[in-house]
Amino acid sequence: MTGTVVRATGLTKRYGSFTAVDAVDFSLEENRIYGLLGRNGAGKTTIMQLLTGQLFASAGRLEVFGREPAEHADVLRRMCFIAESQRYPEDFTPAHVFKSAPWFFENWDAAFAEQLVSDFRLPMKRRIKKLSRGQLSAVGVIVGLASRAPLTFFDEPYLGLDAVARHIFYDRLLEDYVAHPRTVVLSTHLIDEVANLLEHVILIDQGRILLDRDADEVRGSATTIAGPRNTVEAFVADRPVIGREGLGGLASVTIDGRLDQRDRIQAAELGLELAPVSLQQLIVHLTGTDLAGSTEQENAA
Amino acid sequence: MDESRPIFIQIAEQIENDIIDGSLPEGGQIPSTNEFAAFLRVNPATALKGVTRLVDDGIVEKRRGIGMFVTIGARERLVERRRAGFAAEFLRPLIIEAEKLGIDIDELAGMLRAERIQS
Repeated sequence: MTGTVVRATGLTKRYGSFTAVDAVDFSLEENRIYGLLGRNGAGKTTIMQLLTGQLFASAGRLEVFGREPAEHADVLRRMCFIAESQRYPEDFTPAHVFKSAPWFFENWDAAFAEQLVSDFRLPMKRRIKKLSRGQLSAVGVIVGLASRAPLTFFDEPYLGLDAVARHIFYDRLLEDYVAHPRTVVLSTHLIDEVANLLEHVILIDQGRILLDRDADEVRGSATTIAGPRNTVEAFVADRPVIGREGLGGLASVTIDGRLDQRDRIQAAELGLELAPVSLQQLIVHLTGTDLAGSTEQENAA
Repeated sequence: MDESRPIFIQIAEQIENDIIDGSLPEGGQIPSTNEFAAFLRVNPATALKGVTRLVDDGIVEKRRGIGMFVTIGARERLVERRRAGFAAEFLRPLIIEAEKLGIDIDELAGMLRAERIQS
């Protein structure tokens, strides 16, 4: 049985004349892993701060567990937000952080936290301000996982974590999510690393939602076609182009759309190269500067 | 995992391959979706979608409270289906590339035989 955990309608956040979040509509379903993706300054963190009651919306409606999140303790108690640069009291050690965690998170699992501490080789008695960047990130990741909050946000949680530590995070997240399903929102730039963990992808750009789709639908939904310019252009003529690159007489064009078996055979017969587009590449195409250029060309044509 | 196709389809195909080569025998139990998810590092919902596809195809069946099992006759059905798609998926690209290189059908047949003896 699944329910809707978050429902946002026309959600807007303005800072003076700058609109950080621009009338977005979306919902988050229970017990799914979401990827909240987009470039720096796209509005991801602002959205998460709105959802966790750290900011008040300028306009629109927002329901988290059926209520406005801000100033509702019963809603806030069910959420955990791990920020990019999480702050802790000056003189705390990781041991202090984990000891006080059960006050904030009713599902806190101390044994799981202990296992994670040893996985990440985190020094428990060192003061927070003496920890390395990666160790500080590990503290946040451990709090985020062991709190088992029904709605957990990880906002770029792994600054300074090496590849091994990041994979420990992915593995533990997946294992624990299977044993204790909950809603997880991952915001990250390391898209290719997390792509397979995600069930659903929400892509934000300039405060608006550009894409809100099942990860499975997104995968393989775009293809790059490369070859002699005229042949490529003829092949993509009536298809939605999202990216275009060229070098002399050669062109490489990315389209948003699946190719069927017949298209593939036709492309092979024309001598065109087909390449899959990863989630990360797709997002680069959708939010990159080449998009504006190509749509203008489209409109002019 | 290859990037071009949905992961759940790739998971279904992997299980099918294991059934075809006999490492998952008919009547035998297949790993749970959570085991697939952990092993392949994919979202459990994705793994479930892959297995559900096989259930819908009648390749595996759910036994309530026990797990998933390969159905009797699954292997033969899979082989038949793969044979039907063999020409379009494998022969067509082969012929296109051969034509590009000026290899005619007789020469191609000879090359196939020679390759077979070597391997």
